[in-house]
Amino acid sequence: MSLTVRLNGKSETIEAATVTELLMATGVDPARRGVAVAVNGEVVPRKSWPEFRLNPGADIEIVRPLQGG
Amino acid sequence: MSDRLVTAGLPLRSRLLVGSAGYPNQQVMLDSIAASGAEVVTVAIRRISLQGYSESLIDVLGSDIRLLPNTAGCSTARDAVLTAKLARDALETSWIKLEVIGDRESLYPDVEEMLKAAAELVTDGFIVLPYCNDDPVTCRKLADLGCATVMPLGAPIGSGQGIRNPGAIETICARSSVPVILDAGVGTASDAAFAMELGCAGVLLNTAIAKSRSPVVMAAAMRAAVDAGYGARKAGRIPKRDYAEPSSPQMGLIGS
Repeated sequence: MSLTVRLNGKSETIEAATVTELLMATGVDPARRGVAVAVNGEVVPRKSWPEFRLNPGADIEIVRPLQGG
Repeated sequence: MSDRLVTAGLPLRSRLLVGSAGYPNQQVMLDSIAASGAEVVTVAIRRISLQGYSESLIDVLGSDIRLLPNTAGCSTARDAVLTAKLARDALETSWIKLEVIGDRESLYPDVEEMLKAAAELVTDGFIVLPYCNDDPVTCRKLADLGCATVMPLGAPIGSGQGIRNPGAIETICARSSVPVILDAGVGTASDAAFAMELGCAGVLLNTAIAKSRSPVVMAAAMRAAVDAGYGARKAGRIPKRDYAEPSSPQMGLIGS
């Protein structure tokens, strides 16, 4: 199933129905520590990733910690 | 134990908190953090690069470090709150260094947005450590909202100017109901010691170590400076006098 969404600020067409599938499709290991996801301005907790369904036009942020002050 | 900086009920190993940004390389960062003795290390939360990404900071820093995510770069309460929530999920910590920037050039906080974000985050159960102005009123408001500390700036972020308004920092420390951690502006060890002498409970710094010629050496110097300043504050400085006062005994001088 292909969906057009906004992924980290860019329009992308993805082959994924859930957050877990999206992470796998974009090369991010869902088991990896330190990753967090928000959809339409709300955090999707890690435990909900497998069943959280993405809709067309969803605004998705995938983040991780980076060096900071 | 009683001599430790206690934040939100948690006694910390060190009164020095450090950032993880801007080091020449990862090994120097790790060695510097170790030399600083800091338990709390700040990190940023950023969009993941989908073109493959490197080793995770969490794994690199190890479990004896307490990561303090920041909301650096956010300019609205809304963005700061979402960043904090993402950080909580990513790092499994409710601690957040709240930064809401009102001006890209000076990096001064936007007080109105910061207070809004602080209120929302405290209500949501976060341990909020706000980077704020060196203004006793703003600091009091943040403490009243339930922030765990206040972290007034000594000088603009990364400027290395030291403490531009010592009187304000001293007033904040004298009146604060929560620990005061000097954040931003430290340029060298004496600035960190001075912050502690003014009554700060801790110092948070990054650039002064990371961008020095020898970050590991500077990290050790900062650690010593924070300890020295804290000790001097506890011991109490002598009153300043207008004239000299001989320290050696006046009797028994030869030739008298």
